[in-house]
Amino acid sequence: MTAPVDMEQTQSDPTGAAVVSEDVPWQTVVWNDPVNLMSYVTYVFQKLFGYSRDKATKLMLDVHHEGKAIVSHGSKEKVEGDVAKLHAAGLWATMEHQS
Amino acid sequence: MKPWKRKGDKVFGELDKQEAAVLRGLVSQIDDMLKARIEETPQDELAELTGIRTGPTTSPDDPVLSRLLPDFHRLDDDNPGKAELDSAAALRSIHEPTLLDLKTGVAGVVLDTCPMFGGGVRLSLEQADAWLSALNDVRLALGTAIDVSDDMPDELPDDDPRSPHLAVYHWLTWVQESLVQALSAE
Repeated sequence: MTAPVDMEQTQSDPTGAAVVSEDVPWQTVVWNDPVNLMSYVTYVFQKLFGYSRDKATKLMLDVHHEGKAIVSHGSKEKVEGDVAKLHAAGLWATMEHQS
Repeated sequence: MKPWKRKGDKVFGELDKQEAAVLRGLVSQIDDMLKARIEETPQDELAELTGIRTGPTTSPDDPVLSRLLPDFHRLDDDNPGKAELDSAAALRSIHEPTLLDLKTGVAGVVLDTCPMFGGGVRLSLEQADAWLSALNDVRLALGTAIDVSDDMPDELPDDDPRSPHLAVYHWLTWVQESLVQALSAE
């Protein structure tokens, strides 16, 4: 139940400091793993994010060659939802603050 | 099994008796593991009242389940910070119940549509996507169990106890690849 508490803190912070830190954009990272098929990863990127085949293929190749790729970014809620969807598809995804 | 074929908004496949038995057996095993994880986390009265379910805050000890239910942050660095650990625990607790529902759901679709003694399979596009996810879960589970790596040979020596499992893994890879190709064809 930590997250709902965090939300309350954010809303009730009179200085707005916590609100600022919540505003720092997040990004979704997909990591390479030896099981997931290249064709399947491309299919999932197209399906979940509506990316073109070219863009999805490029991201998949980044995962394959670089070990990871940033596949989406935005608010904490958006990225959290993206990671959840990628987990449902079986991809190894995490979220982090944009650097 | 012959390659999957898409015709309009339907996808067709065919499994022989042994293939159907292997696939159903593996999918059932994953389903059982996921359901055991659900039952490990009893819901209190407050959850029943509010409908807000909370899952466990820590990753499963079992490496197969842990791969199927990943953390929301990368925590395997030498020394993850406390804020990151707390955040990962909170996010798991919020999202894991839904993820478990989705994964048992796709397993259920395969068990409902894969004929018990083999034969034709006729899937809607939605059911075909469920098959893709379920096939991927089974490959993740088997791949973790036999420690598949990027440079895994096509075959292991006969005396390697993982050898028969690797053959099943390769077959599942082929079934999934063929289904992706069929779904990607317009």
